[in-house]
Amino acid sequence: MGIPYYYSFRNLWTRRLTTILTASGMALVVFVFAATLMLAEGLRRTLVETGSWDNVVVIRKSAVSEVQSGVERLQAAIVETQPEVAIGADGRPLLAKEMMVLINLPKRGSDKPANVIIRGIGPSSLALRPQVSLKEGRMPRSGSAEVIAGASIAKRFKGGGLGETLHFGMRNWTVVGVFDAGSTGFSSEIWGDADQLMQAFRRPVYSSVLFKLRDPGSFTVVKQRIESDPRLTLEAKRETRYYLDQSEAMAKFLSILGIALTVTFSLGAIIGAMITMYAAVANRIVEIGTLRALGFNKRSILGAFILESLFLGLLGGVIGLFLASFMQLITISTMNWQSFAELAFSFSMTFAIAWKSLVFSLVMGFVGGVLPAFRAARMNIVDALRSS
Amino acid sequence: MLFKLIIRNAFRHKLRSLLTILGVAIAILAFGLLRTLVGLWYLGVEQSSATRLVTRNAISLVFPLPISYKDRIRQIEGVKLISYGNWFGGIYINEKNFFPNFAVEPQSYLELYPEFVLTPEQKNAFIHDQRGAVAGRKLAEKYGWKVGDTITLKGTIFPGQWTFVLRGIYRGAQKNTDETQFFFNWKYLNETMKRTVPRRADQAGFYMIGVQKPELAAQVAQAVDATFKNSLAETLTETERAFQLGFVSMTEAILIAIEIVSYVVIVIIMVVAANTMAMTARERIAEYATMKTLGFGARHIAGVIFGESVVIALIGGVIGIILTFPAAHGIQEQLSQFFPVFHVSSMTVYLDLAASLGVGITASIFPAWRGATIPIADGLRRIG
Amino acid sequence: MRSEAAEGRTVIVSIEGLSKSYRRGNQIIPVLQDVSFTIAEGEFLALMGPSGSGKSTLLNLIAGIDKVDTGSILVGGADITSLSEAELASWRAIHVGFIFQFYNLMPVLTAFENVELPLLLTGLGRKERREHVEMVLNVVGLADRMDHYPSQLSGGQQQRVAIARAIVTDPEILVADEPTGDLDRASAEDVLTLMDNLVHEFGKTIIMVTHDPRAAEKAHLIRHLEKGFLSQ
Repeated sequence: MGIPYYYSFRNLWTRRLTTILTASGMALVVFVFAATLMLAEGLRRTLVETGSWDNVVVIRKSAVSEVQSGVERLQAAIVETQPEVAIGADGRPLLAKEMMVLINLPKRGSDKPANVIIRGIGPSSLALRPQVSLKEGRMPRSGSAEVIAGASIAKRFKGGGLGETLHFGMRNWTVVGVFDAGSTGFSSEIWGDADQLMQAFRRPVYSSVLFKLRDPGSFTVVKQRIESDPRLTLEAKRETRYYLDQSEAMAKFLSILGIALTVTFSLGAIIGAMITMYAAVANRIVEIGTLRALGFNKRSILGAFILESLFLGLLGGVIGLFLASFMQLITISTMNWQSFAELAFSFSMTFAIAWKSLVFSLVMGFVGGVLPAFRAARMNIVDALRSS
Repeated sequence: MLFKLIIRNAFRHKLRSLLTILGVAIAILAFGLLRTLVGLWYLGVEQSSATRLVTRNAISLVFPLPISYKDRIRQIEGVKLISYGNWFGGIYINEKNFFPNFAVEPQSYLELYPEFVLTPEQKNAFIHDQRGAVAGRKLAEKYGWKVGDTITLKGTIFPGQWTFVLRGIYRGAQKNTDETQFFFNWKYLNETMKRTVPRRADQAGFYMIGVQKPELAAQVAQAVDATFKNSLAETLTETERAFQLGFVSMTEAILIAIEIVSYVVIVIIMVVAANTMAMTARERIAEYATMKTLGFGARHIAGVIFGESVVIALIGGVIGIILTFPAAHGIQEQLSQFFPVFHVSSMTVYLDLAASLGVGITASIFPAWRGATIPIADGLRRIG
Repeated sequence: MRSEAAEGRTVIVSIEGLSKSYRRGNQIIPVLQDVSFTIAEGEFLALMGPSGSGKSTLLNLIAGIDKVDTGSILVGGADITSLSEAELASWRAIHVGFIFQFYNLMPVLTAFENVELPLLLTGLGRKERREHVEMVLNVVGLADRMDHYPSQLSGGQQQRVAIARAIVTDPEILVADEPTGDLDRASAEDVLTLMDNLVHEFGKTIIMVTHDPRAAEKAHLIRHLEKGFLSQ
């Protein structure tokens, strides 16, 4: 048996000020570490939930998003005839020809304009997106100037609430319903009848065709047929892939920023831990000598100091994680550089992130403590006893 | 004499001082890079001129305006120059090679943007070649382009492969002029559209207006928008600066996050340095008490502690600043997809210095107060 | 002057031709030169001599926390100069108890925990450890202070806790370096009486380095060191 754990623990307790300062430095680092992971996770969750695995998005070749894309009416009709398209309960194909445009709308409160997606939908659009459900009001009647707004739009944009009116495309549109789309990107969209919207914006073409596969495994077949058809200059993507691709730059930017920050910050915190632990060793030279004289070997001394440093790291980790968990209350809304549309996502905490953060804090504690611990263990007993 | 003591004290614990200096250096490096990143957001804003207006479709940027608006805008009082173009959004080889590219009307555009400097021959060649294109110096250097090269972009908004002949490489008139842009002759885009998608021809994504005097900007903007009120394509005209700020505000959330984080790193290192100074001062309490018996006052003691902390923080800060430059260069090389320019401004350097000074001072407030106020007898008793 | 060691008693420490020197910069300073003597079991030996005479070094060598240059030290028949550092550590844990001038208690541990510390190196269970600790704290008369931290105890009490720590593993030898050096007269007297009891009632062997003539008086035998040589 080695030196008891409470020896390490109480030493931290005895120099509380230093312990708190060092641990709070580490806590901030763990906070940043956890927050960036949570942000990436939140973004990923939003994107993955936005798409369905067995849905296919068809857009114009090399158009990165629906905003840039254009699908002619004739082309859309050809896609509709593909045998892989699933048929709904009403006997009609589960396929929606949709139109998408970006408009500027002022936000509530600040009046600052932000880009919002207007989606012209077809009869099957809602059925194709099980994650979207009408929360209040009703669906727009076809042929009328009625729209439904995502919950996030209703809350954050002027005129987006139920019963309010929005002005765009030289017409007034009444919000007759609010739909709930969870944490998906649809929450930041406004939906209306595709034909009405195409008229209003004077756009003769659709933006995309979305359909459900009869058999999820037949994707490669239909993709190849669509992409090699000379009449179609279109490409097909699984809906999940499509949304991931759209935010690739944002996701990559966030992850690079996150990694860079974590690395530099943790260097700072490790240095902080190292200074603290070197001082802890320096202040306790006589104690170390005494322990060695009593018969504790080098490994016990090494263990005791590394344990002390691990405690320190863990303390920082727990505080940092505690602080980071509050970030779940925050939603980030920003413009996606690739689609120019507003994208809203939250910090989301998972078990894996909590676990990684704690391991990370222990690693910081270990790296910060290992050199000082070696110094303590290697000390000459006689010199150590004499240094009082 | 006290100065000598400060310097000697600062390096008494060589390892500890070294670690603290290293910590401050890393923090200042991170701070400097983050500030530079924030500055990039505002790069477009900084470069914008007070005499230029941008007119676009009121619905949103993705909707074009008829080309016929050009002549109607030109007639508005106060308008000196007008140019127009389209955001092209083409991809060079693959998505990783991002740079801004536009189709513009060459002659008027270059007139409106005197900060893009071309030799008269290159300018002439660009204007007269329908397939002509011009690239910024940094962009050309990056891909090894030379005048006369053919460059192919894949269109995302305008489908197809587009081949251009590089007719000129512009230099920036100022240090912060963006030298990574690529623009080509609008006629090429329009003629192609006429053939392939006629409904998309004869449309401009934006108009750039040069006004005679900056004071006229607001008035001209109002006049332009009034002209097209209640037409099929209503316009929104704002100064170039406001237009760029609009872009900034759309990604404001990320910007704010980065700004917060840049201060968090300073707070972290402040905590680390404060801890170091607290430990150091605690160990030297007996020495400070001895100094007091020799007749030094509380101010001297506080000064010595302050001095030591500031010396360490400033050394770290200066090292951090020196490291910022090669690091920024590395980022520009490695991450050019996101940051075409990554230039450390002198403002950043001043902020760095201020931050490290702040760290040094803040870290020593509490220890200095303790050292200055401890009763002599108490301090001496700690010997042993 | 009392009797020479060993008559009729077992020799527990036997030192033969011991030399030790230190380097200070380029200089080599001899501390002990060819020292030979024996210590009998149950002896209370005081080592005296001016500073720098090598008495502390001799003590450290006997206790196995320093290495000899030449010579041998047999303790209980075993030559400790041939042990490795790790072997020495376990050897010390079983055979030697330490008493220091400044007590060297762990400030973050209670009296009980300080005394328990060396027992953690043995295979004893929690219950047996408790019994041992309580017993030795009774011996030093501090059973009622076992939950106090060192800072809550007087110097004399701290030294008695340190003595309890030294005897808790029941070692044959106790080494004491100026055990009364930091104590007032009354406390010093208590500590010396306690050490005397340990020799008489428990049969411990004590080797003590001291400057204090009153401490030396308590000892059975006094040896003087002078410039690295044993003078008597």
